Amino acid sequence: MTRSIIELMPTAEDDRVARHAAAAIALAVAEAAIPLPLPGVKPGFANIITLTVLARWGWREAAWVSLLRVFAASLLLGQFLAPGFFLSFAGALASLLALAGAMRLPKKWFGPVSYSIFAAFAHIGAQLVLVRLWLVPHDGAFYLAPLFGAAAVLFGLVNGLAAAALLRDLPSREPSCP
Amino acid sequence: MPDSISVRTWYELLRPGDWVVALAGLAACVVAGFWLWRGSAPDGVIVRTSGKVFAETDLSRPHRIEVPGPLGLTVIEIEPGRARVASDHGPRQYCVRQGWLTRTGAVAICAPNEVSLMLTGRGVNYDSLNY
Repeated sequence: MTRSIIELMPTAEDDRVARHAAAAIALAVAEAAIPLPLPGVKPGFANIITLTVLARWGWREAAWVSLLRVFAASLLLGQFLAPGFFLSFAGALASLLALAGAMRLPKKWFGPVSYSIFAAFAHIGAQLVLVRLWLVPHDGAFYLAPLFGAAAVLFGLVNGLAAAALLRDLPSREPSCP
Repeated sequence: MPDSISVRTWYELLRPGDWVVALAGLAACVVAGFWLWRGSAPDGVIVRTSGKVFAETDLSRPHRIEVPGPLGLTVIEIEPGRARVASDHGPRQYCVRQGWLTRTGAVAICAPNEVSLMLTGRGVNYDSLNY
């Protein structure tokens, strides 16, 4: 039997993704300690990282960071493969699609705050659809949708502002800041 | 070198389109709120006795309906947008103590006297009996 040694050399991109994902996971875990008035409403501070990575390094890295965070944070919080995990996962996928669309908006007019609000709406939208199809199979699932929407605007704004402040203070990199 | 954090600093981080997006988001929530929560205002009432419809009227003007049953008269009081069982001869008075019904689909049942009261309207968003 011959032994083969596979050496994995992480690229600079791998390092960045790992560092950013670690920051996002830390935020997600810290946030889980905050008591929340309504199940399903949470600030999603980890998305500050996603938005920052999106602006500085592009969509592909942002997608890596976002999805790694969903998996790792759910493992750490004991939610992996529980309903909450699938809701997070669906929300993250929808947010990433929304961000891919938002990136095409003129950068002069729309900044991280717009991205963040679009992503927050996509997140809650996908979660409501999944809840309606799977967990609460009648239209009562949408009863609190306006409250979730208001939370999406509020936390989208807060996270977007935080990302915008970070981007202003970080040294500029290509792909350039939006 | 980070600036000091002030309201003005935050304000400068918003681009013109960001305002539009945030306001459009809020407007969407308000519209959705009206659509989901106000659409349930009742506009009519159905009174049944022994399973048969005894009276079916709208909730636009105040009036009273007296419904005969095995124990006597059950009095139903209607006001604009709401209705209640004002008096009943049932021993436990559940339907009277329910008070004013204000939502589409709400039901008060005076079982001993076999009288029921139900509010109707567009888009029944819950079903009291099967809830």
